[in-house]
Amino acid sequence: MYNMVDVYISERILTPDKSMDKVWERPDLLIDVPNHYCPGCSHSVVHRLLMEVVEELDIMERTIGIAPVGCSVLAYDYLNVDMQEAAHGRATACASGIKRVFPDKIVFTYQGDGDLAAIGTSETIHTVNRGENIVMVFINNGIYGMTGGQMAPTTLEGAKTSTCPEGRNLDLMGHPIKIADMIALLDGAYYVTRQAVHNSKTVRKTKKALLKAFQYQIDGKGGTSFVEIVSNCPSGWKMTPLEANDWLAKNMFEYYPLGNIKIPQKEE
Amino acid sequence: MGQKRLMKGNEALAEAAIRAGVQGFFGYPITPQSELLEYMSKELPDRGGTFVQAESEIASINMVYGAAGAGARVMTSTSSPGFSLMQEGISYLACTEIPCVIVNVMRGGPGLGTIQPSQGDYFQAVKGGGHGDYQLIVLAPNSVQEMANFAFLGFDLADTYRVPVLILADGALGQMMESIEFPDYVVKEHLTDKSEWATTGRINGREQHILTSLHLQPEEMEMTNKILQRKYREIEAKEVRYETLFTDDADLLIVAYGLSSRVSHKALELARKEGLKVGLLRPQTLYPFPSTVLNNLAEKVKKILVVEMSAGQMVEDVQLAVEGKIPVEFYGRMGGMIPQPDDILDKLRKMNESTLNV
Repeated sequence: MYNMVDVYISERILTPDKSMDKVWERPDLLIDVPNHYCPGCSHSVVHRLLMEVVEELDIMERTIGIAPVGCSVLAYDYLNVDMQEAAHGRATACASGIKRVFPDKIVFTYQGDGDLAAIGTSETIHTVNRGENIVMVFINNGIYGMTGGQMAPTTLEGAKTSTCPEGRNLDLMGHPIKIADMIALLDGAYYVTRQAVHNSKTVRKTKKALLKAFQYQIDGKGGTSFVEIVSNCPSGWKMTPLEANDWLAKNMFEYYPLGNIKIPQKEE
Repeated sequence: MGQKRLMKGNEALAEAAIRAGVQGFFGYPITPQSELLEYMSKELPDRGGTFVQAESEIASINMVYGAAGAGARVMTSTSSPGFSLMQEGISYLACTEIPCVIVNVMRGGPGLGTIQPSQGDYFQAVKGGGHGDYQLIVLAPNSVQEMANFAFLGFDLADTYRVPVLILADGALGQMMESIEFPDYVVKEHLTDKSEWATTGRINGREQHILTSLHLQPEEMEMTNKILQRKYREIEAKEVRYETLFTDDADLLIVAYGLSSRVSHKALELARKEGLKVGLLRPQTLYPFPSTVLNNLAEKVKKILVVEMSAGQMVEDVQLAVEGKIPVEFYGRMGGMIPQPDDILDKLRKMNESTLNV
């Protein structure tokens, strides 16, 4: 059992080439402790990318992160920046409060699909609608991981979870919500993109998206930057990590296609 | 002291909060508190602060959580149904020891209720309200002047103890106009060093600041609770505030707070004219409650009458405080109705007669 970071590293280690440059090292801001995430989980990869971005942009001293309720509730155990843990769904309200009173701070939220697109939908929509100049990171794995694998607002049709054991029935349970597409319609949204981290190519793209999102905030651009990351949940999906990544690529991207949903006008 | 001004209670509280250096106000419209929100929207941005009209009371209280957690002096205000919505956030604020001021301009309930004044949120305000073991310091003004005074006091107490402070007013106090003077006030920077815990960014690589109410290990969670309880004992020892009137020779003691205390005061005057020896105890802090004072008074007076605009909530704390030493009776109106002095007077007369018969 291994996670994506391990895959990335092991590829390099197993094919040593003395002439190669060092391509990866743990960012200082990623606290060097074993994390509680399941093997193969996307969270650890996104955590690393976030801290790389904070380091590369040299914004640690003014960065404040908001952890959600969900699997990443303990994100502050790994992300070595100042952090607040918000009530379930309220991360962006919390971030709005900080950013409005302290506009020079760099504020990001980190939420899963239950937190951002179910219980916190109101906060999500209105934060973006106000055009709060923050970065919202959205981990969409279509399931409630922490509570043991229940149906999420983003669970795909037919997907089995502990609260839709026969598979999600759209007539009874509604449709998987495309929250990124929804908020892209709001004038307050500045940059909305959907990415993934299931292989090294998508990891690099996500890193670029996060760099952009934070840079927009630093530049004080007008609006919210929203980075959705279509993610896996091997434990909740009852798959091995490789099976999960495979299933993700085959099923999730069709409904949640990767790419930019809204980009700043001058860049179009 | 400045010049006298005629102001609504809601506006006086808002003006006082601005003078107390409030940096952010987050709120949502609800009658009978909306003037507070409106005053802030007009005044605060021009006077160095931030005003945000949130999409709900849930968002308001969580904006307070964020901004206060980052070290700012911030507040929100609402009325009863909105206060119910805020309970989750208040529980988080209490556990993470984030100082802030919350205002509840109470209206009649339950449910959507009425927009008329009430004191039906006493339990919710004083007994926690949200989940878990916690207390708010609860200040109960009974005049427009105190609406202002308690805004200053509220921020200072919040910073001193790192607790959320609740100003528990009612629709009448919020809406009525009285003349007030704003005291000279200087923000007391020494009350707390927020740089020790606030999430301001890890400057110079200091230790990470984390504000969380999650402690999965029960031993840790119990320790968090013990720290809170220790703080509450200190608050109970140091911060009890109350006012007494004519208690020296009183046979009958009225206990009332907020608007009820104003009506009770009138009833007391009428009763005194008839020769009834009536006194009044008015808690200004509902938590911490003036239990010891009441217990001592129970040695001197013969009976206590608790007057509330509720079905009888504070009366339970009065009964606990007097430990059964003397009878405690209750007179209340509910659902937005205000007790009348004559009705309280009738009650006092009957209590006095039965006292003589004993």
